[in-house]
Amino acid sequence: MHLGYSNKRLIKRHTMTTRLAHWGWAISLLFLLGSGLQIFNAHPVLYIGDQSGFGFDNAVLTLGTQGRAFPAWTTIPSGMDLATGRIVHFFFAWVLVSALFLWLVSALVSGHLWRNLRPTARDLQSLGTDIRTHARFHFPHRRTYGPLQKLSYGAVLFALFPLIVATGLAMSPGMNAAAPWLPELLGGRQTARTLHFCVAALLLGFFVLHIVMVVLAGPLNELRAMVTGWYRIDEGE
Amino acid sequence: MCATRITRRTVLRLGGAGLATATLGGCKVFDRLADPADPLRHYMERANRLTMAAQRGLLDREAMAQEFQWFDIRQPQRPNGVTDPQDSDYLAHVATGFSGYRLSVSGLVKRPQTLSLADLEAMPTRRQITRHDCVEGWSCIAQWTGVPLSAVLDRAGLLPGANFVLIRCFDTIERSLSGAVKYYETIDMVDAMHPQTILAFGMNGSALPVPNGAPLRLRVERQLGYKMAKYIRAIEVVDSFAGVGGGRGGYWEDRGYAWYAGI
Repeated sequence: MHLGYSNKRLIKRHTMTTRLAHWGWAISLLFLLGSGLQIFNAHPVLYIGDQSGFGFDNAVLTLGTQGRAFPAWTTIPSGMDLATGRIVHFFFAWVLVSALFLWLVSALVSGHLWRNLRPTARDLQSLGTDIRTHARFHFPHRRTYGPLQKLSYGAVLFALFPLIVATGLAMSPGMNAAAPWLPELLGGRQTARTLHFCVAALLLGFFVLHIVMVVLAGPLNELRAMVTGWYRIDEGE
Repeated sequence: MCATRITRRTVLRLGGAGLATATLGGCKVFDRLADPADPLRHYMERANRLTMAAQRGLLDREAMAQEFQWFDIRQPQRPNGVTDPQDSDYLAHVATGFSGYRLSVSGLVKRPQTLSLADLEAMPTRRQITRHDCVEGWSCIAQWTGVPLSAVLDRAGLLPGANFVLIRCFDTIERSLSGAVKYYETIDMVDAMHPQTILAFGMNGSALPVPNGAPLRLRVERQLGYKMAKYIRAIEVVDSFAGVGGGRGGYWEDRGYAWYAGI
């Protein structure tokens, strides 16, 4: 870490909306994961198709054949409690969706989406360099997002988030009556449930990678940027 | 050399972050939410009302649950909850093949009814192949035959203030210190009058078996399985369910599950 940076290299990196949305997502994902594993434990088998095979076999994953599938420290609450898990899950589902909606509207209106998140031709050209830089544990502090940042944030915001919401809604019998095309598009209600689990695993993977990147890139600077908005960039940027 | 320096520091930092996460999970800080009296839990439960308002407000209230084909029935309907009631009045009906069974329809109705299975079977029936979604997460497709609840309610004639249909069941699902708790459920008129909401007496082409709720069970196809009461003894039309059981509108609702089970 370099000392003696002047305040000239402090830039306003994140808007208030981005920071609020970021922490809304972070908190709700933590609770959604814990309560989601709680809900999964109520029937720890995943299937492909419309229904669950009891008289035939369409299971793709079976956990917890001896006792509970996910241990107490991973679930919210810690004991087996489907009712409470559902209360927590649906509350934070609304938080996640609200934060996503507010951020999306703001990012569209302000041009943030187009200006800072859209991968440009130059980004794609320098993707290889960016990967090599990261592989060498060197994390540039740029004025704008780098190619890998744009691609990973874009994947979470525009692929994983919409998919986790769609696969979640495809499990709702009320939603399915009004929009039968939704579970059909996703391969049936039980396939949607399986996909919901897989997308949750991908989001957890992103979360772990994200934390590792923040820690490697300098956690104080990164955290300050996401709390106050102010971010210290490298010399020459 | 640069990489080595960062790696060592990284290991320490990652270890610290990991420790913090493990502590947070291990200390069970969120277990207070499991307490039915917890104010934060009450606040979070309001999201259920938001879900219901959104589904009822934004989606078509008349929408029909997806119906499947005969070849989609690939297994017997999986029974859940009580599957073999030991209540003496129920066992007496089983012994006589439900010949003495009478469904009573009372409450806020103009003409209270007492209907035998033959009476119900003589009414216009509906047959539907639908997917049963359990709150636990599994689904099972079966064919259901029965009388639309709306037809029974029309026959009885609703009085003003008829807001909910209360289903009282034969089966004792829990024995507590205060006595036996028999299963019960409530639905509102949006679901009660829906064409797919039926009092089913047939399943997969034969009479409804005991594990699946013989002689009569409810089908509410746009909600989860726990709304679809089995072993129906009586129907009461009520203006409120506040005074019934724990006051939350059903056996599972009294144990923390949402009254609206459309999600």
